Amino acid sequence: MMCLPFKMFIGNYIESIERGADTIVITGSCGPCRFGLYSLVQEDILKDLGYDVDLIVIDALREGYREFGSNLRKITKARSLLGLFKSSRLALELIKRADNLTDISNYIRAHAIDKTQVNMIMDNFYKASLEIHGARQLMDLIDKTEKELHKVELIKNYDPIRIGIIGEIYTIIEPFVNLEIEKKLGQLGVLVDKSLTPTKWLEHHVMSYPLGSKSERTKYKLAKPYLSTMVGGHGRETIGSAIYYKNMGYDGAIQILPLNCMPEIVAKSILKNVSSDYDFPIMTLVVDEMTGEAGYITRLEAFVDLVSKRREKQTIG
Amino acid sequence: MKKIGIPRGMLYYEYFPIWKDFFEGIGFEVISSNRTNKEIMDRGILYSVDEACLPVKIIHGHVDFLKDKVDFLFIPKIMSIYKREYCCPKIIGLAEMIRNSLDDLPEILDVVYDFNKRRGPEKAYKEIAKTLGVTERQSSRSLKKADKGMDRLLDWLKSDILPDNYAYRKDFKDLLLLGHSYILFDDFINMKVVEKLIDKDINVHFPEDISDDIARKYSNFTKKRMFWTHGRRIIGASNYVIMNHKVDGIIYLSSFGCGLDSVFTHMVSRQAAKYGIPFMNLTLDEQTGEAGINTRLEAFLDMMKWRDSHKDHISSFR
Repeated sequence: MMCLPFKMFIGNYIESIERGADTIVITGSCGPCRFGLYSLVQEDILKDLGYDVDLIVIDALREGYREFGSNLRKITKARSLLGLFKSSRLALELIKRADNLTDISNYIRAHAIDKTQVNMIMDNFYKASLEIHGARQLMDLIDKTEKELHKVELIKNYDPIRIGIIGEIYTIIEPFVNLEIEKKLGQLGVLVDKSLTPTKWLEHHVMSYPLGSKSERTKYKLAKPYLSTMVGGHGRETIGSAIYYKNMGYDGAIQILPLNCMPEIVAKSILKNVSSDYDFPIMTLVVDEMTGEAGYITRLEAFVDLVSKRREKQTIG
Repeated sequence: MKKIGIPRGMLYYEYFPIWKDFFEGIGFEVISSNRTNKEIMDRGILYSVDEACLPVKIIHGHVDFLKDKVDFLFIPKIMSIYKREYCCPKIIGLAEMIRNSLDDLPEILDVVYDFNKRRGPEKAYKEIAKTLGVTERQSSRSLKKADKGMDRLLDWLKSDILPDNYAYRKDFKDLLLLGHSYILFDDFINMKVVEKLIDKDINVHFPEDISDDIARKYSNFTKKRMFWTHGRRIIGASNYVIMNHKVDGIIYLSSFGCGLDSVFTHMVSRQAAKYGIPFMNLTLDEQTGEAGINTRLEAFLDMMKWRDSHKDHISSFR
C-alpha cells in the first residue's frame, strides 16, 4: 500500500548497493506526508534483505542542530565550516548545471527537425555519466553535451505548444517513473517545463531558508483561494503551479500523480475546479508500477491534439 | 433557529460531543447525518476523486446527505492537534476537497486549527462565532461548557457499536482492534467486525481505551519522531499492549489507500512478531461482501485459541 516513490527508492538503493555503495543519504521531513517516515520502514526492509548499509537522514534544522551538523560532516567529509561550504557549493553548481542541461535538451527537442538526434545525444550523456568520476569530469561532460545539442538543426519560426508538468517532485524529475514524459512530449513537438526541479527545491528549502524562494511563494499566493494551508508534500505547489502556468500563457498542464500520494489526491480534487475557473486544460496521469507505455502515449497524444486544436480556434477564430 | 450540519465521518468520531455542545450553547441546531449506509457510500464514491481512501469518499456521501437540510456545514481544517505534529494530509485538505467536489453546498465553516501557529481551538471557535454573529462572551462560555463533553466521548462512541449487554469477561480472550477511530466506530465501513468478534466470545479493546499519556509515551520508541497525532495513538497503544503482553491478538483494520496505515501496519506487524503476538491486517475498501472477512476472522481466532494447547507448533505471526 506504499506509494510509488517508496518502492522506487528501494530499487534504487539495491542497485547502488550492488554497485558498491555503503551509505545511503536521504532527506527527511516532518510534514504530514508519509515521506518523513520512509527511513523507518526502509531500514527494516534493507535489513531483511541482508544489506548492511548506513542510512543517513538529513532532517530539517529544527529537528536538532547537532544531528544536522554531524550528518552533513559524515557525508561531505569536510572538517570545518569553510570546507562544508566549499563542497556544498560545488554540489549545488553541479545540480544547477545538470538541470540546465535538461532544460536545453527539452527546448531543442521541441524545436529540432530530427528529434532522435537529441535523444541520442542525451542517451550518450547518461551512459557516459555513469563511467566518469568526480565533479570536474562531470562538468566537462555537461559542457561537451551542451555544445553537441546546440549543433542540432532547428525548425525556423516554430512556435511550439507549451505544457507545464505539475505534481509531486520525485515523479516529475525521475524520467523512468513518469515514463519519460518530457521525451514523449518533446517528440510531439511540445515544449515542456517542469514545475519543480532539484534546483528549485534547493533554492526554496536550502538557499533561502527559512523564508523560501520567491517563485514558490508566488505559487502559494496563487493557490490560496483554493487551498489556504499546506497539505504536505507538494499539494499546494501543484495548485499554484497550474495557475502560474496559465498566467504565463502556457497551453495546458499535466499533473503526474503517483498512485496513493495523499497530498496530490487533495490537489487533484481541487484542480478540477481550477481548470474550469481559469479555462485551462489540465490532465492527470496516475503512475504506478505498471510500465506499459501505449496507454500513456495515446492519452498524451490526445491531450496534445486537443490543446493544439484549442489554440487554433483561439488564434484563427 | 439556524441549522448547522456536521457530517458523520473522519474527525466526527473524535470531537462530535464538543462540537454539538458548542453550537447548541450558542443557539444553533445541530444536525448530523445518518449512520453510514450503502446509499451514502455510493453517493460519496460518485462525487469524490477516484484515488481517495474509503473514509474520505464516505464523508463526501455524508455531506451530500446533509447539504439540502442545513444552513451551514461545519468541516474544520484541523492541521495539528499538538505542537510539531500534524494530521493526515487528506484531513487537512478535507474542506477544500469537499468544496471542489460537490456543487450547491451551503456555506462551509472551515476554520483552521493549527497548534503550530498558536491557533488553538479558542481562536478557531472565536472565528466561528464571528462568522455566525455571536458575541465572544457567549461563545467562550459555551466552549468552556462543551469541553467537559470530552469525558463521555468514549462511552458515547462505544454505545453505538457495542451490544447493550456487553461486559468484560475474564475467561474470554482479549483482542486489540487497531485503526483510526473513523473506521473502528463506523460499523458500516468495518463490516460489523466488533459485533462479530463479541459473538465469538472475545473481549474487544480499542486504542482509545489506553490513556493518552501512556500512548504518547509508548509511541516514542521509534527511531524517527512520529509526527501524526492520530498515528501516535495507534502506535503507542499497540506498543503498550505488545510490550506488556496485555492481549492475545491484534487485528488492524486499515482502509485501502490510507497513507498512515501503510506505515503503521508495517511497524505494528514487526513489533508483534518480535514479541510473539498474533497479528492480522484487514484492508477495507468499497466492496461490501462479508464472506471473505468472516473466513479470515474465524481462521485468526481459531489460531489464537489453539495457541493455548500447542503453542510451539503454530506460528504466532499472521
